[in-house]
Parts: sequence; structure tokens; C-alpha cells
Amino acid sequence: MSKLVIKNLHVGVETESGITEILRGVDLTINSGEVHAIMGPNGSGKSTLAYSIAGHPKYTITSGSVTLDGADVLEMSVDERAKAGLFLAMQYPVEVPGVSVANFLRTAATALRGEAPKVRTWVGEVKDAMSKLAMDPAFSERSVNEGFSGGEKKRHEILQMELLKPKIAILDETDSGLDVDALRIVSEGVNRVKAEQNLGIMLITHYTRILRYIKPDFVHVFAGGKIVEEGGPELADRLEEKGYAEYVKA
Amino acid sequence: MSALPTNYLTPTGREETWRFTPLKRIAGLHDPATSVADRISISLVGANRPGFKVETSPANELPPKSATDDAVTQRIRASVSKVTHLVIEKESVIQEPIFLKRSAGSEKEFSRTVITAGAHSKATVVVENEGSATIGEEIEIRVDSGANLTFISLQEWSANSVHLGRHHAIVGRDASFNSITITVGGSLVRLLPTVEYSDQGGSAELLGLYFATGGQHLEHRVHVEHGIPNGKSRVTYKGILAGAEARTIWIGDVFIRGNAEGTDTYELNKNLLLTDGARADSVPNLEIETGQIVGAGHASTTGRFDDEQLFYLMSRGIAMADARRLVIRGFFGEIVSKIGIESVEERLMTRIDNQLAKVGE
Repeated sequence: MSKLVIKNLHVGVETESGITEILRGVDLTINSGEVHAIMGPNGSGKSTLAYSIAGHPKYTITSGSVTLDGADVLEMSVDERAKAGLFLAMQYPVEVPGVSVANFLRTAATALRGEAPKVRTWVGEVKDAMSKLAMDPAFSERSVNEGFSGGEKKRHEILQMELLKPKIAILDETDSGLDVDALRIVSEGVNRVKAEQNLGIMLITHYTRILRYIKPDFVHVFAGGKIVEEGGPELADRLEEKGYAEYVKA
Repeated sequence: MSALPTNYLTPTGREETWRFTPLKRIAGLHDPATSVADRISISLVGANRPGFKVETSPANELPPKSATDDAVTQRIRASVSKVTHLVIEKESVIQEPIFLKRSAGSEKEFSRTVITAGAHSKATVVVENEGSATIGEEIEIRVDSGANLTFISLQEWSANSVHLGRHHAIVGRDASFNSITITVGGSLVRLLPTVEYSDQGGSAELLGLYFATGGQHLEHRVHVEHGIPNGKSRVTYKGILAGAEARTIWIGDVFIRGNAEGTDTYELNKNLLLTDGARADSVPNLEIETGQIVGAGHASTTGRFDDEQLFYLMSRGIAMADARRLVIRGFFGEIVSKIGIESVEERLMTRIDNQLAKVGE
């Protein structure tokens, strides 16, 4: 069992006139096997929460704490966070020209497992994971994210999650830009990893659509840089009906 | 030895085309007062095979087909008595690459080479430049109608070499000229990869990669002359610089003349600076004299590591040093992998890795 604990997290970005605060005291605990949907309007700070937990250098933590199984995540470098068991599926995965998917996956797996995966089993492992996500094997030879369609990028993120076996995954708007078929394939992938590895999930989304495929245990409404309301799946239904208007005004 | 009287002006370093080049370091190759040997320095690796041959012709029987205002090239033309000629017969398809190796002597030297790709032929020619040299050379590449020629020029010189070269392609009707220029060695390298079209429908792709470490001066002055309608060109040059006084210059002149309707061109130069003290100049220059074109564009970036790329790789558990190495290898690999000759690709990547290790990457 793993536990990610976020306490009173305040995060800002540096601007010419000092630090502008984006997160204003976030409290959230995610256990293995739980799905927490973080829902909120654009600009509410959802992505900032995801990136600051992963350690993006753009963000400055001004106060609060993040721990994974008691270890201080905020003290870790970006790669150490991944080694500790955190994974961020990005909304806009970055292109890395000239680095093939195969090379990238193998380098990452080697880093996380502490030794290079055995060639024979590894190739099969990758192929198998790709076929489950309906990805063409030719993908392995392409440069990371370069020229990928929106759907291909998201599948590639989930492929990494499947192969790198994190304890807690943060999915930042993984549903954005996906058509219904791609959404179903990606969601099935998430559910599969969750079932196999008892993954804890922070599912950041603007829309309720993905929650029909990935059932949340908890729904948190995010506005103005913090969680303003919490509930079960029924809260998502209410958001579907009424939108975020009441939270934005407040 | 040649000390022919010449009617051109000796560069002083103040000219636009010479202002980036430290003339003190080119051993007088530009200066008529310096005597330079006339020497055939290029030879075929292995024997002639069916479909092509390498021969030596008297210079007066194989005059240049292109005009140039480059002072060193003019000197070379005036100096050499013999020209190396690689002839690829028309309609012949040469599967295995043709390797030409340059063996320079200990003197300063000039040489001229002509490559003729006959109509509807298809071949890959690799010119390997290694070792020590002080050389001025011209390769004129004539790509006849419908021919498809891949021209790979490798500058893997020793650290003391000086190399001034003009590699000029004349692209014929519906012909394709694909070039890959890799410059990783030498003290001073100044290359003029240039293209003109002799008829419609020609296409040229110019790829280049240079890696300058401390004290190296690597200069590439690309010029694509669209003077004929319906020509296409793509130029992509990438450079990495590391170490004090590492210096690169990339000029991308693309001219679309008034009659060159239907031209489609794009040029790109990207430079990655790994350390302080290195300097990359990048000067794309697009001049368009007709609006009746398919497309014309250019882009140039010079910068340090992309933090977003490093963050992405590190967020997958890859340590900073390994992430940097992946990005650098990827940056090179994008061009090197286009060579398509495994032994050459491996040799280049090994050399690049070694050079990176020396500068502490």
C-alpha cells in the first residue's frame, strides 16, 4: 500500500513583480487503488498541482508538504520522484527529436528498475503493452512524441505508465483532445494498470466524460487554487448538470 | 606549383562573405602570393564497378559549368591541371554506396572534382575527409535529368586541418539531389554547399550537422539559387557547440528569382550551445522576387538545453546527465540517421560521443 499526502500546499510562479501564488493551500491524500478526480474550470490551478508534485522547475513551493509513504517528495529531484513511484501523464507531452520511443522506454525502465531489462523479455513486454493500447509496433522507431497525433501522444503516456509501473499516477487532462474510441482505449489502459498494480490515481479533468470509463472513488472540485468541495461520484453528476459557474463566482 | 596571374581581388576579411572567417588561420589559401600544390587528392575506394567509373581528365577538357565569385574557388580553377571525374552512367542504379577518400599530402594543396550523375541514374556518393590537410577543393556535382543522387560529405579531419571547399550541385530536370554534410573535425573548415537548377522540377535536400569544440571554427555557407520555375529545396542544418572559443557560422542564402515561379523552399538552422564561451552565428537569408510561389520559409534557433525536454525525460526516472546525453545524441542522430550506412553512422556517433566525453558532457 502506498500513500501520497499533500498538506496545505502553496505554489507560485516567479514573475517580474515577485512570486504569484497559484495554489492556495491544497490538502489531499491518495491511497493505492483509489481514483481521485480533480475537476475544475480552466485556470483553476489543476495542472500546476500536477507539475509541482512532479517537480517542474517553473514552480516554486512556498509552503506545505508532499510525502509519498512518508518520504519528502519536495526534497527529491525530478528523476528521484519517478524512482519513488510517482508518474505524471502530461497534457502536452514533449517532443524529443532523434530519440526513438524504443530507446526512451528502455532508458527509463533501466533507470527505474536499477538495471537494464533483459532484451528478450523486454521486447515482448513492450510489444504486448503496445498491442493492448492498439498502437502500431512501428511506433517504437519514431522519435518521442514527434509528429504524434493528440491521441497517439496520450496512448504513449499510458504505455509508459504501464511499463514503468508507478505507485501513484497523476493524469493531467489525459482525456483532452481524444475522440470516443481513443478515450475508451486509453481509459481501459488506465483501468488495467490500476487493477494489476493497485495504482492510486489523481485524475485531472475538465469534463465528466472520462469518468464514465474510469470510475472515481472521490471527486474534488478545484477552483481558485484549492479544493472547494469534495464528494463521491454523485458530485461529478452534479457538475455535469450545472457546470462550474457557482464555484467560479465564489 | 602554381602561381598563375589572377584577375580577382584577394579577400581582406572585410567582405561580407569573408567577415566571419579568421583569414590568418587559412594558411594563405586565398592569397595569390602563397604557392599551393596542384594535386589530385581524391580516389575511389575499391575498384570501378559496373555503372560508374572514376577517371582523371585534363582540366581544360572538363571546365566548370557553374559560375562562382568565391576567391578560393577561382584560384583553384585557375591552378589545377587535372580534374577527378566520377561518372555515373545514365540509367544505372548503383546499390552500394560509392566511397571517395581524400588523402592529402603534407603541402598546401588544391583539387577539383566533378561528379556527373547521368540521366535517370541513382547512386549514393560518400566523400571521406580524414587526417591532416591544408586544402582548398571544389566538387561540382551535375545531376542530370531524372537522376537521383545522394551526396554525403564527411569532414572527420584531425584537429590541425584547414579545409576550404565548394560543393556545388547543378540540378537538372526532375532530378533529385540529396546531400548530407557532416563536419566534426578540423581546425578551420569553411564549406560552400550550394545549389542551382538547370531545368524545371528539380529538388534538393541539404542536410548538415556540425559539432565544434574548443578552438574550432566551422563555417557553412549554404546558397540555393532558384532561377528556374518549379524547383524545390529543403535545408536543415544543426550544430552543437561546446568549449571555449568553439565557433560556428551558418549562412543560409536562398534566392528566388523573378522567373522562378512555383518554387517551394524551406530552410532551418538549429544550434545547441552546451557551454559558455562558444559562439554560433546563424544568418538565414531569403530573398523573393516573385509572389507566384508554393512556399518559402526559414527558421533559426540558437539556445541551450530545452528544459521541457529534460523535465519530460527526468519525470520518467532518467537522471539529469543521462537525459542530457539522450537529448544531445538525439539532436545529432536526427541527421546522422539519414546517412543510411550503418558503419558510417556508428563511426560518427562514436566520434561524437568521444568528443562529448572530452568536454565533460
